[in-house]
Amino acid sequence: MSAKILVVDDDAAIRRLLRNTLVQAGYAVVEAADGKGALRQYAAEHPDGVLLDLGLPDRDGLGLVPLLRKDGDAVVLVVSARDAVDEKVAALDLGADDFVTKPFDTDELLARLRVALRHKGGGGTAPKLVQRGDLRIDLDRRTVFRGNEELHLTRKEHDVLAMLARHVGRVVTHDRILAACWGGEEARIEYLRIVIRNLRQKLEHPGPVGSVIANELGVGYRLRPDA
Amino acid sequence: MAVVGPGSDGARPDPDALLRAATQEGRGRLKIFLGAAPGVGKTYEMLSEGAARRRDGVDVVVGVVETHGRRETDALTRGLEIVPRRDVVYEGRTLHEMDVDAILARAPRLVLVDELAHTNAPGSRHPKRYGDVEELLAAGIDVYSTVNIQHVESLNDVVASFTRVRVRETVPDSVLESAEIEVVDIPPDELIERLKAGKVYLPQEATRALSHFFSKSNLSALRELALRRAAQAVDARMLDDVRALGLGGTWAGSDRIVVAINELPGADVLVRAAKRVADGLRRPWTAVFIETPRAAHFTDAQHGRVAAAMTLATQLGGAVASVPAQNVVEGVQSFLADARATQLVLGKSARSRWFELRHGSVVDRLIRDTPDVTVHVLPMPVSDRREQRVRRRPARWGTPAGYAATTAMVAGVTAIASALFHILDLGNVALLYLLPVMAAASLFGLRTGLYAGIASSLAYNFFFLPPVGTLTISNPENLVSVVVLLGIAVATSQLTARVRAQADLAAASARTNATLAGFLRQIAAVNDLDGAARMICDDVRRLLGVQVVLLGAKAGADLEILAASDPAYRLDAMDNAAASWAFDTGNPAGKGSGTLAASEWLFQPVKAGDRVLGVLGVASEAGGDPVRADQLSLLSSLVDQSALVLERLRLQAEMRDVDAVLTRDRLRAALLSSVSHDLRTPLTAVIAAAAQLHGGATPELIATIEGEAARLNRFVANLLDMARVEAGALRLNMEATDLSDAVAAAAHDARRALEGHAVRLDVPPNLPLVRADPQLLHHCLLNLFDNAGRYGDPGSDIVIEGRHRPGELRLAVLDRGPGLPPGREAEVFETFRRLEGSDRAVGGTGLGLAIVKAFAEAMGMTVEAANRADATGAAFTLVFPAALIVRDPSIESVS
Repeated sequence: MSAKILVVDDDAAIRRLLRNTLVQAGYAVVEAADGKGALRQYAAEHPDGVLLDLGLPDRDGLGLVPLLRKDGDAVVLVVSARDAVDEKVAALDLGADDFVTKPFDTDELLARLRVALRHKGGGGTAPKLVQRGDLRIDLDRRTVFRGNEELHLTRKEHDVLAMLARHVGRVVTHDRILAACWGGEEARIEYLRIVIRNLRQKLEHPGPVGSVIANELGVGYRLRPDA
Repeated sequence: MAVVGPGSDGARPDPDALLRAATQEGRGRLKIFLGAAPGVGKTYEMLSEGAARRRDGVDVVVGVVETHGRRETDALTRGLEIVPRRDVVYEGRTLHEMDVDAILARAPRLVLVDELAHTNAPGSRHPKRYGDVEELLAAGIDVYSTVNIQHVESLNDVVASFTRVRVRETVPDSVLESAEIEVVDIPPDELIERLKAGKVYLPQEATRALSHFFSKSNLSALRELALRRAAQAVDARMLDDVRALGLGGTWAGSDRIVVAINELPGADVLVRAAKRVADGLRRPWTAVFIETPRAAHFTDAQHGRVAAAMTLATQLGGAVASVPAQNVVEGVQSFLADARATQLVLGKSARSRWFELRHGSVVDRLIRDTPDVTVHVLPMPVSDRREQRVRRRPARWGTPAGYAATTAMVAGVTAIASALFHILDLGNVALLYLLPVMAAASLFGLRTGLYAGIASSLAYNFFFLPPVGTLTISNPENLVSVVVLLGIAVATSQLTARVRAQADLAAASARTNATLAGFLRQIAAVNDLDGAARMICDDVRRLLGVQVVLLGAKAGADLEILAASDPAYRLDAMDNAAASWAFDTGNPAGKGSGTLAASEWLFQPVKAGDRVLGVLGVASEAGGDPVRADQLSLLSSLVDQSALVLERLRLQAEMRDVDAVLTRDRLRAALLSSVSHDLRTPLTAVIAAAAQLHGGATPELIATIEGEAARLNRFVANLLDMARVEAGALRLNMEATDLSDAVAAAAHDARRALEGHAVRLDVPPNLPLVRADPQLLHHCLLNLFDNAGRYGDPGSDIVIEGRHRPGELRLAVLDRGPGLPPGREAEVFETFRRLEGSDRAVGGTGLGLAIVKAFAEAMGMTVEAANRADATGAAFTLVFPAALIVRDPSIESVS
């Protein structure tokens, strides 16, 4: 059974584009042009995922996120303008699964949606082993192998990588990483930057910076899924 | 043959006359019905003419007419619209005053206003009715009015001298000079007949005094005065016309009449006399006050009289000047020379004979010593002796300390002379006694000096002159020595006193000049209006010892206080009215002026040319007259200097505005050309490619659409960024940032722009973190990469290089290409700037680098543009100062 996606956008051209893209990718699509319509369709159609544009004519799209979360278990991807960093972080904090930035690349949109749906399909139980290319991360044993070579990570490096690996393909905000990995200690973003830099040294080198861990500017980090 | 134009024949139009003609335009015209005495029928004549004009279709109203119940006059008002008068309750009585505002609102073509010399109820806008009329004229309304000859200011004394009736209500001559004058004339006999027949209204209380007034001889004299005054007015206007046209003539511009005024009662009489002389000769005139050292000890009453005479002179159309000098004669002479005056009016003061013996008669000396000048001498009333006495300086008697010191000196000299007597002869001893005498006279003044002379001669006589030990003078030789000692005392003290007085005067004058110069110097450095206004207020207060307030209209808004010597000061409604009046009309208003004198403040317009830039208000701290007469010239030079300053600031502001407008226009033009070019080009490509998709998609078409759409996206993003910068809407979210990470992310996003170039990231992983807004930094880098991709030669490499130097961290983007024009590197950061030679071909927006600079500076970084050291391309560098560099966290925190 193909997953059903609710597209919420006030612009008809964007809705048509998304419908074509999603249908071609094998999804069933329902549409809504405003917040009220979105809630009605959500209740009636029980979609598996929602593509939610935050700029709606009748209400603030951010306010819809908790409502959608409360009344169902669909994944929520928000679609927002380029520089609205605060908006993205707020949407993630309110329970959105991920975001895409307008103007978006349809391939990327489909990839994000796929990752989010797969994660939901996993039933919430975290995987014990994350395989990404030749990288193998064993979350229980706290080991990381590239090919057959074990990489030696410090405690913090492992904490951060594990956090990203548990949400592979999805963005994890700075605050969540800091809270999870530094906890009660004085959590400062400098620490995270250094840890990420060191991780990159170990995981990406000699490839280009960002090939394994993507930096979502001002929001957080994402472990790139297998291409 | 040369054609001689009207401007080159040597006759030049008189600017003043032209100005007067110009101010006439748009103003209403005043016609005055001038009569020799009450009862000649001025009101009747005015009403008849008003009625005639009305029949001609002119819009005529009656502003105020006193018919005094005369039937013929009453009948004439019936056909005319009468504007109701305004009731003013004053001290329990209801007065009916002309309602100026109602007339202004009614806006007739012509208004009839009886009794121009009338004094309005206290608290009215203008103390005198001619002030109201002036306002009506200024509003473009013609006015007919009536005046009796004895109410004309300059003739007031003359009329009083033979009628023995002095009227207090006077009209300034300047009002008559701008008016058309019609004399209402009936023969004296006829007037007397009318009086007897009860046809002339006279106030009850004045009847007895007026019976003398209406004698035939008086009436004849008054009639002559009226006719002469009317003829003079005609003459003056004709002369004005001649001057305005520049028809030449023999008038010498510098000839003028000078009246020397003094502190004695009757100074006003001198001023009026000078006005008459000047009118007769049709020459400008000046009232001058010679400020001698004596002026420093004037009583308030004396200061007041000088100030009143100065004010009167201004009202009568004369200039005023205040000249500091050692004595009156020198002061007058130097001023006469400066002004090239031909006539001098003086008062013969009734000073005591003793005073004249000591000081010489000023009048005699002036007559003797100024041969080229005609001197008019007028008798002055007997001055108040008591006042003269009050003026005396108690200090003349010297101080007890002075006498004690003198006694000690005489005693000392006596002791020394006694000790040395065996080697000195008597003559030398006498010389020694000169020392205490000269010292006492020069240090303590005349009287102490005389005391020293007497004491010395007594001591000399007693201790040294034979017979020693007695006070006798055995031979006349000794008498000589006593006289000489006393004489020396007198001469020395006089000389010293004069030198000291001169020094005081010079010091005062130097102080004034120094303060003025200091004021100018300081204020020349001020470039903002508030600072200048504050400085003007502070300095005027310091120099004149008054409360000061400076008002101006900022940016065309209402008049408001720019600065005040006491910031807590507020102006009440009356003060505001006076200030507005001064601002709107360019004439002084408030206390001591002719308008709204009920205000505590005197408001002087601060004018540059015809433009009123502000109003300077001064008020006495003690509540008296705002400015003493001897300070008037200083005040006016301060006002003039303030005007220069305000004018300079206004011009500067105007220049800035013009510059800003020009810059904005230039930007707008650049934006339009940029938008039309840079939006249309990719759009055209997208539309064309999309159309071809109908024939089947090819990888080239898809790549074109993608590439051009991305370019559009980039351009729109830049426009939005620029708009945010210009709206000042940048919100910074500074956080610790890893440059290697930021550079990699930007290079990834800019991969399309960097296509065809080998990109080498040379950002060492051990660079310290920097504080930056990740989004803004990202956009900076995107634009720098975009720029490098566009201007770098195809196929060349682009290097991104991070270096940590002591105190800074530098992130450079280096391309290989044409580089930047030497010497103009910094210009690339200007909005819409695309340096020549590398322009259209590459199709940049001219926005990118401006955004780089604006964002970088917002985050506290600087940007540099230069050519690479080996001149193979351009280098753009973001410089992070030490403050933005984050110290490395401890190892434990991250491991």
